[in-house]
Amino acid sequence: MPSTVRCWLCHAGEARTRLCHHGRVSAAAPVEVEPEITPDETTKLAKPWVTIVWNDPVNLMSYVTYVFQKYFGYDERKAEKLMLEVHEDGKSVVSAGSREEMERDVQAMHEYGLWATMDKQE
Amino acid sequence: MITGFARHRRSKRIIATFTGFEAELLRSLAAQLVELLRNEAAVPRDDTDPFETLMDFSGPETEPDDPVLARLFPTAYPSDEEAAADFRRFTEGTLRDGKANAAIAIIDGLEEAGLPPELTEEGLMFDVELDQPTAETWLRSFTDLRLALATRLGVEEGDEEVWAAMPDDDPRTQAHDIYDWVGYLQETLVGALRS
Repeated sequence: MPSTVRCWLCHAGEARTRLCHHGRVSAAAPVEVEPEITPDETTKLAKPWVTIVWNDPVNLMSYVTYVFQKYFGYDERKAEKLMLEVHEDGKSVVSAGSREEMERDVQAMHEYGLWATMDKQE
Repeated sequence: MITGFARHRRSKRIIATFTGFEAELLRSLAAQLVELLRNEAAVPRDDTDPFETLMDFSGPETEPDDPVLARLFPTAYPSDEEAAADFRRFTEGTLRDGKANAAIAIIDGLEEAGLPPELTEEGLMFDVELDQPTAETWLRSFTDLRLALATRLGVEEGDEEVWAAMPDDDPRTQAHDIYDWVGYLQETLVGALRS
């Protein structure tokens, strides 16, 4: 019997008798020593879907930034960074979460007239 | 229109001055968008004037074939047809209503501000005053109008020079000027909302 259980959210190896701050989740996690999970993989487990916004020749840069701030609550710096990714790289992952959450985000982006799709986290 | 939208310092409301002609133009664009969104089996209009045809994006094709509707309601799952169809079924009706209502808010706002049902008076000018939520609704609808115009015109990334070089008497030049003008309205409205 292994002596620790790892929380799959925060990746902390906690003694079995103690709960990390993600206790609700770690309590449900299998009581085994898990293989090493990188932080990226941890995110992937918790947030398996992403919302992608694609570049289009119409939407104003100021408007796209405004939408990212307004809808996602991102600060101006982050919103502008994502907008520039859309503009320069052709697309940007703007949010990650459950499938239901991403469907909400995609629908909201369509409401704002942005060209958004969703996909499983790569 | 010289200054577009700006936030009034004391009242905090967002204000723009429109000429009757500009307001009439904006109302007609918004009304066409409502028609396109509401009329799934839009009948082709018998317009022979190429400018009229370009400005009429309440086009003949039913969704999702109509390119404007295809742009307004993109496919959410590009590589999963079944999920995409489900998403569309559950969201498109709501999105259509939301976009139609936003365009109607523009029409109502213009008429409340002083645009008569039939514009006859020359030299008419009036202020449009928007509170924050209404300004946000107008902002979203400006995007829909611009997407509709751009789709009909075939606007592409970095094609500014093509439009600049187009002769003045080409109907597309005038339609593109209107597209630019709505872009200007939107740019000033974002600025006012952030101020």
